Amino acid sequence: MFPEIGHFALILALVVSLCQGSVSFYGAAKQNKDLITLTRPLAHTQSLFVLIAFTCLVYSFVSDDFSVLYVANNSQLALPLLFKVSAVWGAHEGSLLLWVLILSTWTTLVCLFSKNLPDIFSSRVIGVLGFLNFGFILFTLFTSNPFERIFPSPLDGNDLNPLLQDIGLAIHPPLLYVGYVGFAVAYAFAISAMLSEKLDKNWAKWTRPWTTAAWLFLTIGIALGSWWAYYELGWGGWWFWDPVENASFMPWLIGTALIHSLAVTEKRGVFISWTLLLSVSAFSLSLLGTFLVRSGILISVHAFATDPERGLFILIFLISVIGGALLLYAKKASDLDKKVGFGAVSRETFLLLNNVLLVIATILILLGTLAPLVLEVFNMGKISIGAPWFEIAMLVPMIPLLILVTMGMHSLWIKDSSFNLYKKLRSPLGIATLVGIVIPTVFYGRSGLLLLIGSIISIWIIISSLLSLRSSWKGNQGRFHINRSVAGMSIAHLGLGVFVFGVTIVSSFGVETDRGFSIGDQISVAGYEYKLNSIESVKGPNYVAIEADISVFDGSELISHLKPQKRTYLVQKSPMTEAAILAKWNKDLFVALGDSLGNDSWSIRIQYKPMVRWIWLGCLIMALGGLIAISDKRYRR
Amino acid sequence: MKKHYLPILFFLAIMPIFFIGLDRDKSVLPSPLIGKKIPEFSLPSLVNSELQIDSSELLNNTFLFNVWATWCVGCLEEHDFLMKLSESNEIPIVGLNWRDNHNDALAWLRDYGNPYTIIAEDVSGRVAIDWGVYGAPESFLVNSNGIIIHKHLGPLDDDIWERDFRAIINDAN
Repeated sequence: MFPEIGHFALILALVVSLCQGSVSFYGAAKQNKDLITLTRPLAHTQSLFVLIAFTCLVYSFVSDDFSVLYVANNSQLALPLLFKVSAVWGAHEGSLLLWVLILSTWTTLVCLFSKNLPDIFSSRVIGVLGFLNFGFILFTLFTSNPFERIFPSPLDGNDLNPLLQDIGLAIHPPLLYVGYVGFAVAYAFAISAMLSEKLDKNWAKWTRPWTTAAWLFLTIGIALGSWWAYYELGWGGWWFWDPVENASFMPWLIGTALIHSLAVTEKRGVFISWTLLLSVSAFSLSLLGTFLVRSGILISVHAFATDPERGLFILIFLISVIGGALLLYAKKASDLDKKVGFGAVSRETFLLLNNVLLVIATILILLGTLAPLVLEVFNMGKISIGAPWFEIAMLVPMIPLLILVTMGMHSLWIKDSSFNLYKKLRSPLGIATLVGIVIPTVFYGRSGLLLLIGSIISIWIIISSLLSLRSSWKGNQGRFHINRSVAGMSIAHLGLGVFVFGVTIVSSFGVETDRGFSIGDQISVAGYEYKLNSIESVKGPNYVAIEADISVFDGSELISHLKPQKRTYLVQKSPMTEAAILAKWNKDLFVALGDSLGNDSWSIRIQYKPMVRWIWLGCLIMALGGLIAISDKRYRR
Repeated sequence: MKKHYLPILFFLAIMPIFFIGLDRDKSVLPSPLIGKKIPEFSLPSLVNSELQIDSSELLNNTFLFNVWATWCVGCLEEHDFLMKLSESNEIPIVGLNWRDNHNDALAWLRDYGNPYTIIAEDVSGRVAIDWGVYGAPESFLVNSNGIIIHKHLGPLDDDIWERDFRAIINDAN
């Protein structure tokens, strides 16, 4: 019965979301107070129905209702409870319903926190969100219904993909979706702004906290995904330039550009049309990326089951959402740009350069991701563009971008002088150069051009961010006042510095090696000794595994026992690697068990990853910066 | 003024690529085996373990080669169709029981019926690898010369049979 209730609730949500969209727009167009007042209750009703639908699906999973096809395909009796819940978004149908749930949650939040905005403006925002959710629910019901029944129902399910049976994957997609879908709010604000009679910079102030919130979730979501890939896929890398990763990185880059251009628009009233375009683009790229992968147009290790019917629906939806917005932009944007002057050396200039470089980075990734498809479409052969291309291509915009970070942070609005800026930045740069050369050469015993550039720039960013953070505190007769916007900005940049430092060190000094081990063998990797003590069978709730016991010595001192596993999940029969990692603040020792080489000999992958934790720590600090910036008092007036 | 039209023009320029990309139907994966002779195998019969089934014995007849297992929900979904197909005597169905539990498989046949003329038991999954099996269920249409002429991924049903198989079978005969 619960699947039917869920199904019915979803149909009701579809109808209500259509009303939500039409009533808001019609009310705004006719300036009809009664209709405008109706938009919020409609939005809440829609969210409630979506919540009911989602809860019913969760219940079907938790109660092992294998008469639901989606549950039968993605769950199993022996699956631990946590994974029964996370299996809800383990495949296409359920993750789409999660997407819908998140969009309606954002809608509810917008309804609650937009009461101080002009009625017509907020009504259109809620209307756009209603139309978007209408599209997604329609897609869910007609091409990807998670409530479909199967008869006769199997006694047990087909199990969740073992790759997804992991805490990292249980929380990574929801966070990522919160980020993606959050850009829908920025999109809705931009559409509403473009439809307004009179558009001014107030819109930038209203949309800023929403954009930053979406960005911070996307940041955490991507970092979690990277962390998961690092320990679960057993390859030890943290970023693979897979189309799905690129699909999340592109909206992140544009979202970052948007945050910066919003700062300029809010403060100075310039770049309005550019900021609008970025608002539309951030959500467009979220959609494009996610759904291109869904439709099976781009092939990826992440790809869900593909279906041409879904692809067609997606493309039509994309054309209406993105095409419509861009058309509106083309018609309206030219009236918006005001001439406001600023000097060649000013914060405006640095933020403009930041935007240009971030957009270049996005376009490079878009080209790299789409090039194989384009070549195939024109019958020019199959190629694959992989990590090496992206890694080199990214240096082009990223190095100048990172150099500009400190200058942007410390320059003044409107007009600054180069000399003034130089005075402020020279001592941090001096210290950074010294430390940036000493750390790699003394602690790791090697240097190189890219390595020194990376380490000097990252330390320069860290020092400048700390200085900027200090300037956000103002002591006034014993009473401290913190400018949270400045503090948040400084902390986010501090996170960036930490991230770049981690990337630089781990890519220069990381060691990866595959060795054949027999029991009793001892091998030295990057100064640590690894000894294989035993190999045993162990049993988990829904898998059996072979577990190695490896002692790790630093010199003669035993520092850890690592127990990597190779699991075989009983239902899907697929082998999975569970790496064992000794994680310290300044290095990871990573051991993964490979295949049996026969004669009691095993292939074992050992990796030494210095500073790898700084990569994810940096991302978390960035997100924390975003959180602090949102809490600034001026957004609550 | 004009520059604000650039984003929409760019967008419209890349959309056709996606439409063409969509047309490449990936559910019909072009199997490199199509047009080739079936991979040889010799496996025990599921129903009578003493009996060995050799791929060469299958020749001289058009037949459907169906990969199934009891752990596969899609196989249960297509089972009714296979029963109907076998009752119609249209074509012999050769089963490959793939990486399955012997007793579960026999219980399945007892409970749901046995549409297969013969069933080879592939416990290790080696033969399935030779046939390029991605996942169950998968079905191959083999002509009387032992050449694979069609492959289908996923459960079979009346529509798919009518659309993708029947014409080819008529041609083959």
